[in-house]
Amino acid sequence: MTLATVGYYEPWWMQVLKALVIFAVVFQLVPIVLLAERKVLGRFQHRYGPNRVGPFGLLQPMADIGKLIFKQQFRPRTAVAWLFALAPAISMMTAVATIAIIPFSNTVDIFGTRVGLYGLDPSIGILYAFAFGAIAFYGLMLGGWASGSKYSFLGAMRGAAQLISYEVAQGLSLVGVIMMAGSLSLTEIVNAQSHLPYIIPQFVGFIVFLVAGFAETNRPPFDLPEADAELVGGYNTEYGGGRFAGYFAAEYLNIIVVSAITSTLFLGGWMLPWVNPPTWVDPFVVLAKTLILVFFFFWVRATLPRLRYDQLMSLGWKIFLPLATLNALVTATLVVVT
Amino acid sequence: MPWTAGDDVIEVVRAPKPGPVRASYRAFGETLRGLKTTFARLVEGPKTIQYPEEKVAVYPRFRGRHKLHRFEDTGLEKCVGCSLCAAACPADCIRVVAAENTPENRVSAGERYAAVYEINLSRCIFCGYCEIACPFDAITMGHDYEMSDYNRGDLIFTKEMLLAEPLDRTPLRNAGE
Repeated sequence: MTLATVGYYEPWWMQVLKALVIFAVVFQLVPIVLLAERKVLGRFQHRYGPNRVGPFGLLQPMADIGKLIFKQQFRPRTAVAWLFALAPAISMMTAVATIAIIPFSNTVDIFGTRVGLYGLDPSIGILYAFAFGAIAFYGLMLGGWASGSKYSFLGAMRGAAQLISYEVAQGLSLVGVIMMAGSLSLTEIVNAQSHLPYIIPQFVGFIVFLVAGFAETNRPPFDLPEADAELVGGYNTEYGGGRFAGYFAAEYLNIIVVSAITSTLFLGGWMLPWVNPPTWVDPFVVLAKTLILVFFFFWVRATLPRLRYDQLMSLGWKIFLPLATLNALVTATLVVVT
Repeated sequence: MPWTAGDDVIEVVRAPKPGPVRASYRAFGETLRGLKTTFARLVEGPKTIQYPEEKVAVYPRFRGRHKLHRFEDTGLEKCVGCSLCAAACPADCIRVVAAENTPENRVSAGERYAAVYEINLSRCIFCGYCEIACPFDAITMGHDYEMSDYNRGDLIFTKEMLLAEPLDRTPLRNAGE
């Protein structure tokens, strides 16, 4: 088992190159996940999903994105123009920025240069993801407010309340992992899972983190901000065309990011149990684990009905927050005792 | 009998409130059961019939587009222009103009024949009353159900169109299917 090198920085040109490669790879996942969701959801409902555009419907996301981008940019008269345009960009930017800390592998030698297969490995580690998660909330909130429509604003308030409620539980559920690993750095956390992935000792934390992750990404059964069956669309009611596509891409990027972070923190990142594959396999292991979790997102969407708003709040505050706190307390005690 | 408040109140018998362990098992276990149910659907595979390529077979008594018939031996039309179908039609979509058969121009087996026989298929409700009303079985409901067109005018089917064999594109359900 190769150990990760924490806090290693490459020359600047390598960092730029790395950023481009990681961005390109993860951004390509968005249309794939977009199509996969519709196809998998179709299979869950005894149907095929899109299979007309291109072979096996593979060009469907291209057709969808193309349609959205070439639409007229409509803006309500009461909207605050520059914020209205900026809000989806904030959502996109924060989602993309979080990808940077996901470690795909250890530091490896590529053509004689030592390269860490991650965007960056800051000492604050996972807090970086939470910081950007907090900024992502601005994207949603400003989008609803700058639309100049009261329904958008109400949707944004609802979304904001949900995000804040679950961010607390999500943050606390990680404390156990951080205490066990003794580090915030994601490479270090993966490193500490070389014997046992944290899903086993931190099962409660895993459940709370994953469910809070569903709520953070506005996915069913917590998709109250959008609630496509009951509402027009919540905070993105007034958006259309490319800007709506921005919000949409941000949502799917967030799914990928939450899945990747979960697989890093709880499923052992690039490490596999019992086998020790060569280093070049590591990024694919991370991608595979991420995509399995993304599939789980779809699976839950196909299964659970949407929560009522009071149920959502009581689940977040009355169940998950005490559960995460208890998990942190028990873990702290055990870490001190052993 | 004087009515006093509270007399007709029936006490609702509820199940005992689950304890914390049972409640959490219920929430967690039932969620897992739901996940199992949906996954079983995924394994079953799609049931979709890919419509334009595959078609659902129709039953023999399916009421599709009408057909007019001729006698097979003489080739004469069965329709005698009696207009009973038009009279029976609740949607009023059949128009029949009858004319006399002459020895030189013999079209139908009877005294008269339908010089004009039109069905406005954009109006037809496919009830099959015309078929029942017809004394000579000259008009029957076929199996053709793909009749969409670009113009309303094209949906008025003339006698020649109704007499022609329809393009055989509707699969018929076999016995027991």
